[in-house]
This record gives sequence, C-alpha cells and structure tokens, in this order.
Amino acid sequence: MSYGDFQGIITLVLMAIFIGIVLWAYSSRRKKAFDEAANLVFADEQTEQKQSNNKREPDTHD
Amino acid sequence: MSETQATAVDYNYNVVRQFTVMTVIWGIVGMAVGVFIAAQLYWPALNFDVPWLTYSRIRPLHTNAVIFAFGGCALFATSYYVVQRTCQAKLFGGWLIPFTFWGWQLVILSAAITLPLGISTAKEYAELEWPIDILIALVWVSYGVVFFGTIIKRQTSHIYVANWFYGAFIITVAVLHIVNSMAIPVSLWKSYSIYPGAVDAMVQWWYGHNAVGFFLTAGFLGMMYYFVPKQAGRPVYSYRLSIIHFWALVSIYIWAGPHHLHYTALPDWTQSLGMVMSLILFAPSWGGMINGIMTLSGAWHKLRHDPVLRFLIVSLSFYGMSTFEGPMMSIKTVNALSHYTDWTVGHVHSGALGWVAMVSIGAVYHLIPVLFGHKRMFSVKLINTHFWLATIGVVLYIVAMWIAGVMQGLMWSAVNADGTLTYSFVEALEATKPYYLVRFIGGVFFVAGMLLMAYNMFKTIFAPKGTLDDVHEEPAMAPQAA
Repeated sequence: MSYGDFQGIITLVLMAIFIGIVLWAYSSRRKKAFDEAANLVFADEQTEQKQSNNKREPDTHD
Repeated sequence: MSETQATAVDYNYNVVRQFTVMTVIWGIVGMAVGVFIAAQLYWPALNFDVPWLTYSRIRPLHTNAVIFAFGGCALFATSYYVVQRTCQAKLFGGWLIPFTFWGWQLVILSAAITLPLGISTAKEYAELEWPIDILIALVWVSYGVVFFGTIIKRQTSHIYVANWFYGAFIITVAVLHIVNSMAIPVSLWKSYSIYPGAVDAMVQWWYGHNAVGFFLTAGFLGMMYYFVPKQAGRPVYSYRLSIIHFWALVSIYIWAGPHHLHYTALPDWTQSLGMVMSLILFAPSWGGMINGIMTLSGAWHKLRHDPVLRFLIVSLSFYGMSTFEGPMMSIKTVNALSHYTDWTVGHVHSGALGWVAMVSIGAVYHLIPVLFGHKRMFSVKLINTHFWLATIGVVLYIVAMWIAGVMQGLMWSAVNADGTLTYSFVEALEATKPYYLVRFIGGVFFVAGMLLMAYNMFKTIFAPKGTLDDVHEEPAMAPQAA
C-alpha cells in the first residue's frame, strides 16, 4: 500500500466518523436525552421555581 | 439570586468569587499595559530610556496578562461555577482547589516580574522561563483533577455540553504547554528549546494557534454554552448542533497552526495543509456562533433591556467576524499581503476584545450578583455604558488596524518598473502613525469600560444585603438604550 493509498483511507475513515457523529446526534432516539441535557442549565432552579414566578420559558427549539 | 440557597447542594463559591474578582483586576492591569504600549508606538519617548519599560519587554507582559491572567481567571471562575451547577455537585479536590487559585496568581506575579527584566524564552505566548513553566504545569494538572473529579461525582446523568468544551480546553492546554515548553535549562532563568530550527517553529505555532483555539476559543465557548442560555432564560438553540460543533472544532483546530508560518522555512506542503485546515475551521466556528445567537430566537426583545445579554450576543458577532477573517487571512495569497502587518494585530484584537473579553465581561456581570447574594448589579445603567464604551473601543481599534495593515502590505510590496521598492520601510511607518493614535484611543475606551466595571463590581460586593433586590423587567435605562 502506497503512502497515497494510506492517506486516502485515513480521509475516508475520518469522513465516516464525522457522518457517524452527525447521524447519531440527529437520530430521533437521542432527542429526549438531548432535550434533558439542554435543560441542565436550569435544572438546579427547579426547587425554587415552584415558589416563585420564574420568567423562564422551558421549551426547546428543535 | 436566592435560587442557590434553595438547592440541596452546597456549592463551593469561594474559589469562584476569588477568580471572578481577579478577572476584573487583571483585565484592567493587562489592558492598561496594552494601552501603554500602544501609546509607546505613537510616542516612542514613553519608554523613558528605561530597559524594563521597552516595548519588546512590556508587550509580552501585556499578552500574558490579558490571555493568562484576565482570560485565565475568567475561565477558572466560570468553569468551576458551571461544572458545579450543571453537575449539581460540589467541587472535588480539597486543598487542590485553593492551590489552583494561589498557584495561578503566583504564575501571573512571576510573569509580571520576569518579563520586564528581559527573562524570556522568546516563544510567543510561551515566553515564561522553565521554573514558571513547571509551576504552570502543576497548577494545570490540579485544575484537571478538580474539574474532572467534579464531573465524576456528578448527580446528573448527562455531562452538559459546556463541560465538554471546558474539558477539551483543560486537556489540550496541558498537552500543548508541556510539549512546547520542553527545554534544557542552562541556568535558573535561561533554557533552550529541545526542538531544532523549523521543527521548533512548527511546535511553537502548533502551540500558539491552539492557545487561540483551545485557551481563547474552546474554553470561552464553554462559557457561551452556559451563560447565553442562562441569561436568555432559554435552552441552547440546538443541542444536537452543539455536539457536532464540539467534535468538529476540537478535531480541526489542532491542524491549523502552520498558517502562522506561511512563506517561511516550513515545508510548502505543511503550509498548504495548515491553510486548508484553517479554511475548513470556518464551518464549525460559524455553526457554534449561529447556535449561540439563535438561542435568542423568539426572544430578541430581551436584548433591548438586558445589557448583559447584549455583551454576550455582541461577543458572538465578533466571534463570527473574526472566524471569517481568520480563515481568509490563512489563504496563502491573502497572507502574502497581510503577514507581518497590523492587519494581524487587528484580527487578534477583534477576537480578543470583541469575543473573549466581551463574553467574559457578560459572564462576570451575570456571576457577581449570584456569588455575592444579590439579585442584580449595583447599576444596570453602568453596565450599559460599559457596553457602549467596549463596543466603540473595539471598533476604533480594529478599523484602524485594518486600514493600517492593508496599507502597510501594499506599500511594502509596491515595486517600481525597474524592480526596486517604491517605498522605504520608514515611509510605511510614517503613513501608519495616525492609525496608531486611533488604536490607542480605542484601547482607552475599552479600559475605561473596565474601570466602570470594577467600580460597579465593588459597589455590588459591598452593598448591604437586600438592597439590590428590585429587579425590573424594564430597567430605567431602557428607553434611551432602545
């Protein structure tokens, strides 16, 4: 295998990994977990939120 | 904010408070030194013929102070805060926690003493000599233990995306610092790099560009992913995009360093590779910027009333601008014009002042009331004034440097029909002079804003409890600001 072939294979492997990450991130099975994760920023306000009128909108964008 | 008392976890805010206050103090010191050397370029007599006040010694003091003292303290403060709150766990590490604070302050103090004395490795952004380098490595490893120890003992199942960015920043900076600082000491304050010639240059700029990519970008993106959603009161625009953003950014940044060495002794293919990787970097950079700005989608009106949010969002605009400019400047033909000119200096400052400083300032304004038990800063109006001083300062600075840089590049490369240079170097220097004055004025604006911030910070810290609890949806300054 020449050095050029080796470089080509590495490029393809990296591209496959990238596409894999994209498919994984955008798979519908992950949606619930990611929505939970996205709301972690507000998770430690929950106890307080019941008593006060917090002006946060707990929706998600996607 | 009282929400902190409502939670079950007893967070360690002491170290966060220390780093937050020092962020503002070192910001003023580092930026004031920057204004001083900017003044020296316009009024050269300002070195007073004192060796330790010469530009060559004070300039690394400025860069070290703003990057590692101001930026470093902001990163320590926010990462310690964010990792605790998003993991709902108290900081791990016992005595290592205060060691990271006092150790880091000692590093900064050593830099402030050794650099004016002319003690330097002459590696840009890595000027500090080997004994200080060892201390940095010790502090940094402790930082990693504290940060990742806290992540391990987290109460939440997910590791929030901000912590991924902070984590990548901590690991990568450790690797970069240790590899680039490998040197053979010949005396207490003199060492020589173990790498020879062009390899040394490549290692240096692998370090140097990733100091930008990980210290000044990944860490501050971590800050962005927490404080923008928090201040806007909405979760990040797309959590999925943030994952792609993370993996693409960390795997591409590491290859971009050679663009600092275009048209040098570095092999040509390496330069081209650095250029291509820098161009690809545009995609994740803008992905992240869009993700941050779009978090406000549907809530744009909040920008009108909240100067803290404005700092955060404008910082993202500058981030987008400088991450477009950077790949463009890495193209070899563009670089042939821009390299060694003040355009580079302008580019760095649109990133450093516009992005890094403004996102930190926004985060610190968010943090101070929370950390010191108030509902808001002493004066929201002063935050607004600070915002405009900072914005005007950055714009004056970068526009002056753009014009100066492009002009220098054109004058240096202009040739007569017989092949001789059209302009001498001094002619280009003379043409640059007015822009150095504009840059100095821009810097004064920025430092003035920081001084207001310090005043506002101390007024908030020392305000009696309960006096800063009146939070209005629309503060008094809203009409003028709109």
